Amino acid sequence: MIAILALLIGIALGIWLEPALPTGLATYLPIMIVAALDALFGALRAWFDGNFSDRVFAISFFSNVLIAALIVFIGDQIGVGSQLSTAVVVVLGIRIFTNAAAIRRAIFHA
Amino acid sequence: MPDDDARRASTVAPPKGRSVRDLGRALVRPSTSHVLIAVVLLVFGVGVGTQLSTKATDDTFATARRADLIQLLDTATGETRRLEAEIAQLKATRDKLQSGVDSAKVAQTEAKNRLDSLAILNGTAPATGSGIRVVVYDPEQKVTGSTLLDAIEEFRDAGAEVIEINDSVRVVASTWFAGKNGELIVDGTSITRPIVIDVIGDGHALEEAARFRGGLVSQVSQMGGSVTITQQTSVSVTATKALPTNKYARPA
Repeated sequence: MIAILALLIGIALGIWLEPALPTGLATYLPIMIVAALDALFGALRAWFDGNFSDRVFAISFFSNVLIAALIVFIGDQIGVGSQLSTAVVVVLGIRIFTNAAAIRRAIFHA
Repeated sequence: MPDDDARRASTVAPPKGRSVRDLGRALVRPSTSHVLIAVVLLVFGVGVGTQLSTKATDDTFATARRADLIQLLDTATGETRRLEAEIAQLKATRDKLQSGVDSAKVAQTEAKNRLDSLAILNGTAPATGSGIRVVVYDPEQKVTGSTLLDAIEEFRDAGAEVIEINDSVRVVASTWFAGKNGELIVDGTSITRPIVIDVIGDGHALEEAARFRGGLVSQVSQMGGSVTITQQTSVSVTATKALPTNKYARPA
């Protein structure tokens, strides 16, 4: 309950306060959000599987986000930023679908 | 990563497994681990919210990469250049067509003028204009073809443009005159007295061409006839001649 409240409060804060992102970071935010989504789905799946750990979740969340941003950043440096960001989105999207399928199986047993 | 861990766990150990009911129960029963999750989700929420507001307020190019922007710009520039070239080409085509239309129009007007003057010259078209009407009274029927031809030649010298006899015979280049025993024939048509000659041209000059000493008037007077000449502002010549088709001559 606290977690869901925190999520809603966070979204509200982000919309109302509009924190001034450094322009360098603005291009990485979408990728970071996709990575975070992947971590969230992974956590939910682990919870349904019964081996959820809040510590692992927190670490995996931040490392996911950082690695995704880092990959795209490196891609930008070597001139394949847009291609790499596409690649990251595709890979993370596949993982999100896989996790979503596992969650669906846990919830509906189908 | 949690899902990898989970997969390994599910393959090695029998899954412990939880249901939606467990999830609901966990949500309403807060524990210490929820605080950490809440912090992480707060961070996530701020990120999502920021991105949403950025998307809503800024246009799509604000967050685009420099390389993408350059490519967009290049594409737009190339397209502009291509379209400009197309515009120039179409303008040139338009100008060419327009000048073509103009010159065609000029040529058409020229040809029309030539056609009109040639039609009058050949006698294929009716004509009207200022001129004179000459009536030759010849009670003794002494006027011959040569007298008439002389008169016509004098009219031509005086600048006659169209000549017509008795409202029925158009005098053109090939017109011939004949006469025998007082009968007058012009271009195969018998001419009855009095002879009426309509001439389009400068009225004064034409009248002088008939009245000079030894001209038509004095000749007819000697033959016992008389001539009346009236200058008119509008002489209408309706008789026409069919255009002969040339059998031998061809335009060179």
